[in-house]
Amino acid sequence: MSTSEIAANGRGRLPRAGERYRPDPADLAGDLTAPLPGVAGVPLDTAVPAGFAPGASGPLKILRDAGLVIWRNVVTMRRMPDTLVTAMVQPLMFVLLFAYVFAGSLGGASYREFLLAGICVQTVTFHAAFTTVGMANDLHKGIIERFRSLPISRLAVILGRTCSDLVLNALSLAVVSVLGLLVGWRIHGSPLDAVTAYLLLLAFAFALSWVGALIGLVVRSVEVAQAVGLLWLFPLTFVSSAFVSAQNMPGPLRAFAEWNPVTAVADAARKLFGNPIPPSLPQPEGWPAQHAVSYAALCSVLIVVTFMPLAAARYRTVCSR
Amino acid sequence: MQPSHATVSLLVYPRQVARPTAGPAVAAQSLVKTYGPTRALDGVDLEIAAGTVFGLLGPNGAGKTTTVRILTTLLRPTYGRAWVAGRDVLAEPEAVRRRIGLSGQYAAVDENLTGRENLYLVGRLYGMSRSDATDRAGELLGRFRLIEEADRPSRTYSGGTRRRLDLAGALVASPPVVVLDEPTTGLDPRGRADTWEAIGELVGDGTTVLLTTQYLEEADQLASMIAVIDRGRVIAHGSAAELKARLGGERLELAVDASRDLPLAARVLAEVGTGAPVLDDRLGRASVVVEHGAGALVAALRRLEWHGVAVHDVGLHRPTLDDVFLALTGQSAHHEPERRLGRGRHRMSRSMR
Repeated sequence: MSTSEIAANGRGRLPRAGERYRPDPADLAGDLTAPLPGVAGVPLDTAVPAGFAPGASGPLKILRDAGLVIWRNVVTMRRMPDTLVTAMVQPLMFVLLFAYVFAGSLGGASYREFLLAGICVQTVTFHAAFTTVGMANDLHKGIIERFRSLPISRLAVILGRTCSDLVLNALSLAVVSVLGLLVGWRIHGSPLDAVTAYLLLLAFAFALSWVGALIGLVVRSVEVAQAVGLLWLFPLTFVSSAFVSAQNMPGPLRAFAEWNPVTAVADAARKLFGNPIPPSLPQPEGWPAQHAVSYAALCSVLIVVTFMPLAAARYRTVCSR
Repeated sequence: MQPSHATVSLLVYPRQVARPTAGPAVAAQSLVKTYGPTRALDGVDLEIAAGTVFGLLGPNGAGKTTTVRILTTLLRPTYGRAWVAGRDVLAEPEAVRRRIGLSGQYAAVDENLTGRENLYLVGRLYGMSRSDATDRAGELLGRFRLIEEADRPSRTYSGGTRRRLDLAGALVASPPVVVLDEPTTGLDPRGRADTWEAIGELVGDGTTVLLTTQYLEEADQLASMIAVIDRGRVIAHGSAAELKARLGGERLELAVDASRDLPLAARVLAEVGTGAPVLDDRLGRASVVVEHGAGALVAALRRLEWHGVAVHDVGLHRPTLDDVFLALTGQSAHHEPERRLGRGRHRMSRSMR
């Protein structure tokens, strides 16, 4: 059949600009043996080659695919250790900076104990930028395009990225903790509380990773990702009780700091580690401070619930431009 | 049409439509893609027989990549329908993705993975088991002469090697339909020869190949059917031979003394050829489409000799696809940048006045 015949068999009407394709129900349902409209002889159906998994697209398939993406990201991290090194050196620098430059004026040894939970939150918050850059890299180097032409679950690419960045976060927290022990930080609470604190930190890291992923999928280039990916993290981290008390901030900043999830996670980690507020700083106040652990957990859940679908939707449209 | 009704139909579609095992491997119907006021595709119809190589030929920006991206489920058309390997691209994109292999215009290999790991990952994502994916990766590395580089990160590869790896990636799952978007753009002659050989082998295996190219000789070499696309429309469609036949066979060309003999030469050519001769007054060249090349050549020379015309040069010229393109669009596929340059110069001279 010639193309002109195909055209003649088609709807014969060109759409107006901006008109969306809608399948005609008559084309799609009905007679089992009727040929597809407009294509004589009906397109050839080809079986999936032997040895292939059936077309499962359920949660199992997502996890399997995400596992492969994690494998790929971890291999990449090993081959290009600059991300890994930055992720380890950055918190190290912050611990030394705050513990010896700021601590002298802010309460000495007791501030160093107070500080560590803050550094932990700051570390996992800043690591969201790695997700942004990683995602933008994959997008602009055509890897996502390749993934999209493969039968891979769409969520798996982002899930794999946020999960492999979770590995990075766990390693960084280990480095910060060891360094903290060296500068005089101690866990005074129960082991169970300490584990809860670390889980809370990782949950927050995972949540912010989804925000980072969305930004990575929105920005137009890797360079922009590097700049913007870090930009929003500064106010988020520093307008909080991570390093100082929210109570000493002026009105609007204080309100923001009190409800800032970073404050909640820092306060919760301090509570669970058993690190007291140094006498030089005012005690935290307000509902979020009093319910730091549950508020911090709630924030993480809300962030994931909000940004997972947004990132997934963005992923779906990003290559269709 | 009720949108809700359409949605319901979409859901039941995969189970309800019968799929006999004959017909084209790829079919596209009235594909339109608009970006605001721009129409990247303006009603493209295609049909590709199973087991053949189909060439989508056109200059930059003609709509080749847009067509490919729609057929490979990467892009939704504004309007139109398409089937690949018997599956509706819009209704069953997952099913289409399991049946195609795509090698894009820019080699999308993972730079930090080795060649072997790249192919392994693709195989696993198609759903292969660990051992199957490992075996298949090894097999393809051998076939594409990548054994030496197999265990080095692919960022160390040359451009051509990277393209070969990308092409191998498209073949990992032995998909029934392989889509190659400008597979040889930017390759050196050796890389191009390798790619052509690989494409030839694919057809031997019964794979359907859709390839886009700007190279007329490439489409001529590889594709049994060719669609010429320009400004989002298929402007011609057929085998290379059919497209060439559109120019009416061979062309007889003469060079004579421009001032003295050209009118006479034109009369002779009109007698032996079909259609009106084309004349170049400045160079003294005249040509005409002829049906029986050799016979027409002998006849023309005899008559010219009888008239006493001195022939400086004579030849039979088989039309190239470039001629086809010229005839179809009024412009050569190859002279896009020069035209732009010419326009620019024009504008400059006007502003200087």
